[in-house]
Amino acid sequence: MKEKLMKIVFLAAACVSIVIIVIMCLFLFGSGIPTIKEIGVFDFLFGKVWSPGNNIYGILPFIVGSIYVTIGAIIVGVPIGLLTAIYMAKFCNSKLYRIIKPAVNLMAGIPSIVYGFFGLWVIVPIMRDLFGGGGKSILTASILLGIMILPTIINTAETSIRAVPESYYEGSLALGATHERSVFVAVVPAAKSGILAGVILGIGRAIGETMALIMIAGNQTVMPTSIFNGVRTLTGNIVMEIGYATDLHRDALIATGVVLFVFILIINSLFSLVNKKESDTSKTKKLSLRKKHKAPESITGQAVERLGE
Amino acid sequence: MDISVNENRNENVNEKRIKPKFKVKLSGSFLLRWLVKIAAFITVGILVGLIAYILIMGIPNLNADFFSWEYTPDNCSVMPAIINTLIIVGLTLVMAVPIGIGSAIYMVEYAKRGNRLVKLVRVTTETLAGIPSIVFGLFGYLCFNVQMGLKYSLIGGSMTLAIMVLPSVMRTTEEALLAVNDSYREGSFGLGAGKLRTVFKVVLPSAVPGILSGVILAIGRIVGETAVLIFTAGTMAAVPESGIFGAGRTIAVHMYQLFNEGRDMEAGYATGVVLIVMVIIINGLANLVGRKISKGKETK
Repeated sequence: MKEKLMKIVFLAAACVSIVIIVIMCLFLFGSGIPTIKEIGVFDFLFGKVWSPGNNIYGILPFIVGSIYVTIGAIIVGVPIGLLTAIYMAKFCNSKLYRIIKPAVNLMAGIPSIVYGFFGLWVIVPIMRDLFGGGGKSILTASILLGIMILPTIINTAETSIRAVPESYYEGSLALGATHERSVFVAVVPAAKSGILAGVILGIGRAIGETMALIMIAGNQTVMPTSIFNGVRTLTGNIVMEIGYATDLHRDALIATGVVLFVFILIINSLFSLVNKKESDTSKTKKLSLRKKHKAPESITGQAVERLGE
Repeated sequence: MDISVNENRNENVNEKRIKPKFKVKLSGSFLLRWLVKIAAFITVGILVGLIAYILIMGIPNLNADFFSWEYTPDNCSVMPAIINTLIIVGLTLVMAVPIGIGSAIYMVEYAKRGNRLVKLVRVTTETLAGIPSIVFGLFGYLCFNVQMGLKYSLIGGSMTLAIMVLPSVMRTTEEALLAVNDSYREGSFGLGAGKLRTVFKVVLPSAVPGILSGVILAIGRIVGETAVLIFTAGTMAAVPESGIFGAGRTIAVHMYQLFNEGRDMEAGYATGVVLIVMVIIINGLANLVGRKISKGKETK
């Protein structure tokens, strides 16, 4: 009796996440879609003017802003992140690894508001001195956002580089390539789908980032014309105005959230598509959840242990 | 297995090979080696710079007034925010941890492999994990604050945060449960224990460190969260008198609000110090627990 009861309790707990996501979709789409219809799908998504005072709600500048900033973050973050991951997986000794790994984890744990303050008081003045203007621009936002997505990219890239069988590396060495060449030509390309998954995850982070961005992106509601222009993102638009918005204005902000939600859902499904491909290949099977008797990398720091032996 | 040994050997091999063809090979490899070193240096350098900057700017502004019990317009005390943060962390964990653990137990111990429900739960948790906090904030605002009539309140904020951290609690618990050796379960069944008793007396206790590290990470996220709480818990600068049904701000929201009002940057930096010290402690704890897990595994 008790056994049955508890099984049902556990089952119910498992269903909670399904229920949550259904309710979430209902609430967001339920209040967003009628609004978008009211404003007009085309006018809302492709309207270049956002002017709540005149009842004009076009979010194209924000969509474009989000995309620009995200692309910028990828350009800044991916090379540094990937190279750092390669260094961690294949170049550094265990002593240094014990410093860098916790540092990357700490980086992931630092709240975005702190990054925002750092950007506002360090990066913005530097940009102002270098390029003139206010300093709050797409470029500034890209740099800060690139820093913020580093841990995501480093951790996924490192895991997937480590998952490449040692034989790839050894084979390349045996053919006479140097250590560096083997790593860059044989190992890293073999890890590309994992790295791609990390990049997609990073895109998701970047597009959803809010608090740091509103402090340094400038928040102009017009279409940006250069990377030195200030820009407002979808997320920024919601936070900036929801405090005082009423009626259709408020609904339009929620609809902005819905557009963001759809963006994220698309990115998420891209991620699981790439990830699925990754776990289908046998090399990463050992990392998958299903394998028993083996604590997963993320919590045990298995890699550290491996290096320490 | 022994990468470090491997590396040394390769280094020797490289040197022997490189020396004769000094010009061509060395330059490429040399460049690459320095490139990765520089990248790693940049990464660590940014972190060190960021922490150093906040500490240097903030520590001179830490004083007794900053930790006084009351927030007044002249004195942006962080104390009410610290108390609110503790309340919100507590409330959120009370909601998220039991559901997360229960769900993980079902997924690992009860569900059959390839179960459709399991797949569905996995997809939904993955989706939940990828949703940015601002969308959670909007949802919490629409559902708890408006629909359920909770207004801006600590409980509304905690409920939204619980939804946000649920996937990570679930995942780490699941991983911890999967890491428990099957022989434990078999031993327990062999001694005549039922499923439930096996789960609670044998499997869960040995998975505690893993679950704990997940919970610690969740605490880190709650402490650092801003966007969700602005919509759901409000930005009131005092500990609410009406308890968990009143509005209040956490440390991170306090920091944002100081920026937003744009008047007391010193207090903003000092808040940054409080926040960053908390995050470092939380991360250190997570590392400690993680190390304990790997040590435990070695002895097994």
